[in-house]
Amino acid sequence: MPSIAPPTDDESAAVPAYAPEADARRATLDDVAASDQALRRFLHGLPGVDAVGLEARAAALGTRSIKTTAKAYALDLAVSMIDLTTLEGADTPGKVRALCAKGVHPDPLDRSTPKVAAICVYGDMVATAKEALAAAGGADVHVAAVATAFPSGRAARGVKLADTAEAVAAGADEIDMVIDRGAFLAGRYLEVFEEIRAVKAACARPDGTAAHLKVIFENGELSTYDNIRRCSWLAMLAGADFIKTSTGKVAVNATPANTLLMLEAVRDFRRDVGVQVGVKPAGGIRTAKDAVKYLVLVNETAGDAWLSPDWFRFGASSLLNDLLMQRQKLRTGRYSGPDYVTVD
Amino acid sequence: MSDSNQSTTQGAGRLFAYAPAPESRAIVDLAPSYGLFVDGEFTEAADGRVFTSVSPSSEEVLAEVARAGEADVDRAVAAARRAFGPWSALPGAERGKYLFRIARILQERSRELAVLESLDNGKPIRETRDVDLPLVAAHFFYYAGWADKLGYAVPGHPDPKPLGVAGQVIPWNFPLLMLAWKVAPALAAGNTVVLKPAETTPLSALFFADVCRQAGLPRGVVNILPGYGDAGAALVAHDGVDKVAFTGSTEVGKAIARSVAGTRKKVTLELGGKAANIVFDDAPVDQAVEGIVNGIFFNQGHVCCAGSRLLVQESVRDELLDALKRRMATLRVGDPLDKNTDVGAINSAEQLARITELAQAGEAEGAERWSPACELPSSGYWFAPTLFTGVTQAHRIAREEIFGPVLSVLTFRTPEEAVAKANNTPYGLSAGIWSEKGSRILAVAGRLRAGVVWANTFNKFDPTSPFGGYKESGHGREGGRHGLEAYLDV
Repeated sequence: MPSIAPPTDDESAAVPAYAPEADARRATLDDVAASDQALRRFLHGLPGVDAVGLEARAAALGTRSIKTTAKAYALDLAVSMIDLTTLEGADTPGKVRALCAKGVHPDPLDRSTPKVAAICVYGDMVATAKEALAAAGGADVHVAAVATAFPSGRAARGVKLADTAEAVAAGADEIDMVIDRGAFLAGRYLEVFEEIRAVKAACARPDGTAAHLKVIFENGELSTYDNIRRCSWLAMLAGADFIKTSTGKVAVNATPANTLLMLEAVRDFRRDVGVQVGVKPAGGIRTAKDAVKYLVLVNETAGDAWLSPDWFRFGASSLLNDLLMQRQKLRTGRYSGPDYVTVD
Repeated sequence: MSDSNQSTTQGAGRLFAYAPAPESRAIVDLAPSYGLFVDGEFTEAADGRVFTSVSPSSEEVLAEVARAGEADVDRAVAAARRAFGPWSALPGAERGKYLFRIARILQERSRELAVLESLDNGKPIRETRDVDLPLVAAHFFYYAGWADKLGYAVPGHPDPKPLGVAGQVIPWNFPLLMLAWKVAPALAAGNTVVLKPAETTPLSALFFADVCRQAGLPRGVVNILPGYGDAGAALVAHDGVDKVAFTGSTEVGKAIARSVAGTRKKVTLELGGKAANIVFDDAPVDQAVEGIVNGIFFNQGHVCCAGSRLLVQESVRDELLDALKRRMATLRVGDPLDKNTDVGAINSAEQLARITELAQAGEAEGAERWSPACELPSSGYWFAPTLFTGVTQAHRIAREEIFGPVLSVLTFRTPEEAVAKANNTPYGLSAGIWSEKGSRILAVAGRLRAGVVWANTFNKFDPTSPFGGYKESGHGREGGRHGLEAYLDV
């Protein structure tokens, strides 16, 4: 196990990955990315992951029984953590506006329902989404744009950076980039690292602020848990504000086990470097029951510090309606069915 | 049961506190009193004696139970002897049908039996539901399949015969599972049984008697004698018993070995342990921490094969202990019937006293004691998950079986030292190895004197896998094909 930095004595002194002080803390580890060889040695020196044990732990936490007050808390928290997503070739301004309205007032029958965290769209829909959110009274709901030739990431660096810069210029609060899985699987870690850094730089706005950067791994293509742990550290070292499981466009997306592994990585990164990074599972999380299981993973792995929309998100679309139906059921004692929630 | 004084506020964090999620005990219909199960009938003890079984999490009296004495042992062994002829004469496939039927009934009644086991033993419902009961049914299914294939059980013995009457004495830590380990292979091989459950956990065995009746098992094939050590001693010493099987303490095991010495009785003993869980510097750390926790806090550490000695390579000691302490702080101790409870109650006041005494000895001998902040219920028998660091081979807590949620941490420098320390114990039941290097796992496993060696996991059980000890951990194997040999005249 590599010893990389003296653990911070006071964990509460950790800073968010997007804070200016985070750069200095990450800089203490610049050596590990000094060359492809150094980066490889560091990433391959991380403790291995035993797949059977990891999956068993995720399954065991999945048996937690979350009832009554705990369930009410979890359902509301889950709603507030959703990146409500539409990423289709058929997206139109009308579709995006409808989604924004839903994100601001998820349950028309219950205005106490929390807003979602963000609306996640392709870059060309950012301006539409910003306007629609403002019009619906939800200017505090973020707009997240997928970028860098999402979902495959197969484009020239310049195209990816332009993609990012345009989305930021259009008002995106958050950028969800995809890594170059080809480079990662070919062992060109430094190339992946430098691309994340370049995209992070492209997230900067003229006023000195920056869009927050989520880095998508596409766990289904990285394939092994060892790769997912290495990729987590690589992305966090390169400056990711969030690490995200997947695009939702391949066969294997977020799973309890791969999300648990990424939660362990952000927990350890905060302990060792003093920088806190968020986690976003995306794709395949459709039921309230699943969402609550993910929150249990957060609670018992990373802890209180991650139990907020600032540090944990769900990339999802149909999940919201199930959460709303469960919320109605908990409040009224009756399960009213899909006609009592809106289609979008 | 009142849940208010048993729910705990601890857990991972403060924001997301889990509300109480108690499993309903209404599914268990407990009678005020239970008899002995002899020759297919529930009867009182010959001398009319009774004892009570209490719930260790609340000290509530659950039921009054008849207490078997010598006369009852005579009666039960005679019943088992009468039943032996016809039972052993049945074609194996017919005996298999009874066992399959028992297995299915156990599955159908698994929720009821899981709640009952949690009530009587104090272990969490999560474990009885997800571990004990599935394994109980699996053992019966597994040995049901063997009943008509006994000719393939022991090489060189194409037509093996059963032994006769098996006298079986089981402990309180896994009451129904230990019953399954004993009864299923015995019946499959054509023997009949007289079984004595432990005095603190007699109830699930008596419910099993009801399962036998439900399955239409012929009278006298299974007899259950709740009682104390005197009944157990009378049973193993009884002339009419052909086979003795015991799981429990090494001290009692030695007494049994002495009592059967020089007789025709075949004997298997599954006794204590002081297992080493060895963590190398290339271990998968997060999973190793889970394995350590599962190794020692599973079933409150009331596990003969518990990983009670953590041997950690000195170069990763601090990092591993930090991670282990952080994980221990998330263990939820409390009401065994709460579905979110990880660690339940200690089984009895007597066992609690023993754990307390050994933990005090650990402190007195200079080891450093640590427990997470942990609010224990006010009634019942409880012991917080405990870690001792700075332990050496010379400490009592490194040598004696504590049989509780107490982990002793020792360090080593090289694989040779790890093997030497792991083997430096009178016991040899189980061991664990944590390393990402397959060649190291194989090399070390081959040198460990332990009946079961787990690699990158711990406390995993399966009916197909033989289980048993070296040295003072006992002899003979239970489970798997090997487990049949103990019940066959070969």
